[in-house]
Amino acid sequence: MMQNSVAVVGAAETTKMGKIPDVSVIGLHADAALNAMADAGLKPSDIDGVATAGISPVELAHYLGIKPTYADGTSVGGCSFMLHVRHAAAAINAGLAKTILITHGESGRSRVGSGGFGRSPSSLMGQFEMPYGVTSPPTMFTIPVLRYMKTYGVTEADLANVAVVQREWAALNPRASFKDPITVDAVLNSPMIAWPFRMLMCCLVTDGGGALILTSADRAKDFPQKPVYILGTGESVETPLVSQMSDFTSSAAFKISGKKAFDEAGITHADVDHLMIYDAFAHLPLYGLEDLGFCKPGEAKDFIRERNTAIGGKLPLNTNGGGLSYMHSGMYGMYALQESVRQMRGTAAAQVKDAKISIAHGVGGMFAASGTIVFTNEK
Amino acid sequence: MARILPEPTPETRHFWDGCRDGELRLQRCTECKTTYFPPRAFCPSCASREVEVYAASGRGVLWSYVINHRPRPDMGTEPYAIAVVKLDEGPTLMTNIVGCPQTPEALVLDMPVKVRFEKQTDDISLPLFEPAQS
Repeated sequence: MMQNSVAVVGAAETTKMGKIPDVSVIGLHADAALNAMADAGLKPSDIDGVATAGISPVELAHYLGIKPTYADGTSVGGCSFMLHVRHAAAAINAGLAKTILITHGESGRSRVGSGGFGRSPSSLMGQFEMPYGVTSPPTMFTIPVLRYMKTYGVTEADLANVAVVQREWAALNPRASFKDPITVDAVLNSPMIAWPFRMLMCCLVTDGGGALILTSADRAKDFPQKPVYILGTGESVETPLVSQMSDFTSSAAFKISGKKAFDEAGITHADVDHLMIYDAFAHLPLYGLEDLGFCKPGEAKDFIRERNTAIGGKLPLNTNGGGLSYMHSGMYGMYALQESVRQMRGTAAAQVKDAKISIAHGVGGMFAASGTIVFTNEK
Repeated sequence: MARILPEPTPETRHFWDGCRDGELRLQRCTECKTTYFPPRAFCPSCASREVEVYAASGRGVLWSYVINHRPRPDMGTEPYAIAVVKLDEGPTLMTNIVGCPQTPEALVLDMPVKVRFEKQTDDISLPLFEPAQS
């Protein structure tokens, strides 16, 4: 895509977060969309492009009364929204639409109007993973980690420390689900979920949503909010089966998506002021820091222990508290994007001073897919 | 509660028939010689359709795993390991490790394992693995 040719002009999360038993999945999409439209000063009739995952873009458009010339139903898990941003930027560049709405909504906790997690027994997952007792992501996303730990001497305390540092960020965020400080010992003594993963190394399960509105940079200056420009984008996919990852110590999708985004943006790692890495589980920031090239393989644990990603560190990471402490409805990528946009607008609860470039890096499925967006507030 | 079982497709039938008959069957490209898994009708390395099914050794090493402490109802009530084995022929495969305690002390990465087929129905046996002498 062309650098800085498209901007985010509307961004919002659902009115409530956490436990929302009185709103269905489609209702969460709509609540976030209406909030984002209010943020941008737009009505549904001003929107001519829609993108979403989880539900169909047809459902979204019809529910909101939008008659789009562009619809993107890319659904590759929690990073789908990074891909939607990327595709929307290209679509706006190509003239397919002028103003594109991207929504997320999920009743992860209350399960109001949401589908199941089942897989057909004749699918690849149904044949080659389900028979061995996998349940939900805690028993799948975690499978490669012992190999990573053995290869690089990563300890359970190193995993726990990821959660501890992110809780420090969450303490600054009034909307975070968990704000009380925790220690490495507390994480290591929390209930066992799937060894070596304890409960506090796993993300929350909550209800919520978010929405973004994108338009061309030329139009963006006429909107009420400070434009947040899209400087670079990347995406990739690897495998639907975690057991078939080509390397258990690294995500091929992360590497391809990240490199593409850095190349498009024309930046180096030193240029990055703020970083979001989708953290469904405590190992993901470690893989992310290494696969994006911020750390050499095996060194992310030390980078975090030395407080480089903590408050006051040189690379503030997951400043909303992340999926581990802020919220996680199932497809968390939207919330990582929202926090990057807030940081670029200068409105984040834990604002990084003078931040000019922010990256939101997402994962989909169990290391199945990836999307990376580089934002900037300068043009 | 009956265990969740696979439903073979035309492309995977040879694998499940092999498990039923006590043989771990893999596929190999006759052009580039790559062995691959899961089954499909072409080589994922070079896209050739010239592939063959052969009986693998059934041996490998324990590559990675978790111990699920919240058992799926069809898997009983005790914690169990969900493992990936790296086969001697190259591919990785998800499985369970049987014939040893489901503990970090007993389940040591890189330990040699060998296949043990466990019959579930007349049609389906699952390829599980047990510790083996190296």
